[in-house]
Amino acid sequence: MSVLRLEGIHKNYGDAAVLRGIDLAVDAHEVIAVIGASGSGKSTLLRAINLLEPIDDGQIWLGEQDISDPRTKADAVRARIGFVFQHLNLFPHLSVIDNVTLASRHVLRVPIAEATATGMALLERIGLADKAQEYPDRLSGGQQQRAAIVRAVATNPELLLLDEVTSALDPELVGEVLELVRELGAEGTTIIMATHEMAFARDVATRVVFLDQGVIAEEGTPAQVFGAPRNARTKEFLARFTA
Amino acid sequence: MTNETARQPSSIELDRRAFRRQQATRSVLLSVGSTLLFAAVVVVTLSLLPGWPRVRDTFFDLGTAAQAWPRVANGFLLNLRVLAYSVITVSICGMALALLRTLRSPVLFPVRALATGYTDLFRGTPLIVVLYLVGFGIPGLQGPRGVIIPTEVLGTIAITLTYSAYVSEVLRAGIESVHPSQRLAARSLGLSHGQSMRIVIIPQAIRKVGPALMNDFVSMQKDVGLISILGAVDAIRAAGIETAKAFNFTPYVLAGLLFVLLAIPTIRLTDWYTARQRRREQMGSIV
Repeated sequence: MSVLRLEGIHKNYGDAAVLRGIDLAVDAHEVIAVIGASGSGKSTLLRAINLLEPIDDGQIWLGEQDISDPRTKADAVRARIGFVFQHLNLFPHLSVIDNVTLASRHVLRVPIAEATATGMALLERIGLADKAQEYPDRLSGGQQQRAAIVRAVATNPELLLLDEVTSALDPELVGEVLELVRELGAEGTTIIMATHEMAFARDVATRVVFLDQGVIAEEGTPAQVFGAPRNARTKEFLARFTA
Repeated sequence: MTNETARQPSSIELDRRAFRRQQATRSVLLSVGSTLLFAAVVVVTLSLLPGWPRVRDTFFDLGTAAQAWPRVANGFLLNLRVLAYSVITVSICGMALALLRTLRSPVLFPVRALATGYTDLFRGTPLIVVLYLVGFGIPGLQGPRGVIIPTEVLGTIAITLTYSAYVSEVLRAGIESVHPSQRLAARSLGLSHGQSMRIVIIPQAIRKVGPALMNDFVSMQKDVGLISILGAVDAIRAAGIETAKAFNFTPYVLAGLLFVLLAIPTIRLTDWYTARQRRREQMGSIV
């Protein structure tokens, strides 16, 4: 039983076809790295899965539910999926702990004491417990992204979507964020991440999907895709990273 | 941090600190000096003008002020009441209008258009015209017999009509200035549209437009004085009566002073609150 199944996803912006028939099934505990050039549709795909972008054709199944059905309650679906953006994830007017517990308190209606305990445990884990009462702007970029990631997993989502979470960070801060993603993956969280970190995709992903001009040009284990790419476009794309 | 304090600063740093202290003392002395000089110039110039004694007696007469005080102060209570009602009604109506204008659904086009028309109309109409229309127009409709709408209610309605339009525009600017990713982040957590607005967007919007918003409220505080044209004995009308009795304009100045005193705490409170928010939520100093 797949956690997520995409069938023939199409998405256009005006005349530009951004996604042109994406099929993908994601099983529980998989860590999928979506790679591809800028503009290949990685972000659009993730946003479509989270219903932040309406799709123009195809079906998205989350568990047994067709969430691309317009009758679906989008808020309820999004509560089951964690999402972290490139940057500006945290709410600057709320303390770190309030950010982390927000969805538990307001969407899942967990009692405040319980939500705070869970949130503090998560912050403890990423070494930010002493920053719980601080406001996001006082944190480094890496700390902010790690807080955003634990905020996304605070509600135990069925699926975690990460959209180039390290792209806006200084190189020295990238490591700490990727380490957290690696840990979450190792614990069995199902993750789809759009990334430009090829080394990380190779080491951590269970499957790599290469997106090119709105279609999946190649997919397979990291060893296959990075070691012996079959598609000419994949070879060309990877050559730029290994050169 | 603890290591830093234990460390003895270098002699260069100590020199710099001494220099900064010296500079600070210098600028305090300079500002005191220039203030005194400026005040002296104003006082001397005024006393040299031939008409000054007459102006002083007509506008700043303590005896007349003391006599007018009870009635003006009593009238001012009416202003305060209208102001208190208006702050509440304007906040609610202004926010409602702003939210209506930020709705994007095509079905709600008429609602949006109405809200836009409303703000255009009432920001353009002079408050005094609105006051006349409401103050004399509504009673003129001759509703249920025997029901007399108090002037303070009519005044509140007129002020609410005008100021909601201003406040809604400020709030709308604030709502639209919050980065779209904040909305996306809120929605992706599963918050509904209403929850995103209430918990994420509006608190940030109000922080951004706090000073502009307070500007409107301070402006409203003094425009509350216009309800005197409806015949209510507020501070301004009371001052008018006292002025006619004493043939001296001091009561108006007294009323004006009361409005200033009312505005100052609001202004200071806003400044303090804005500064506190900035200290708490933003990194470092602002150069």
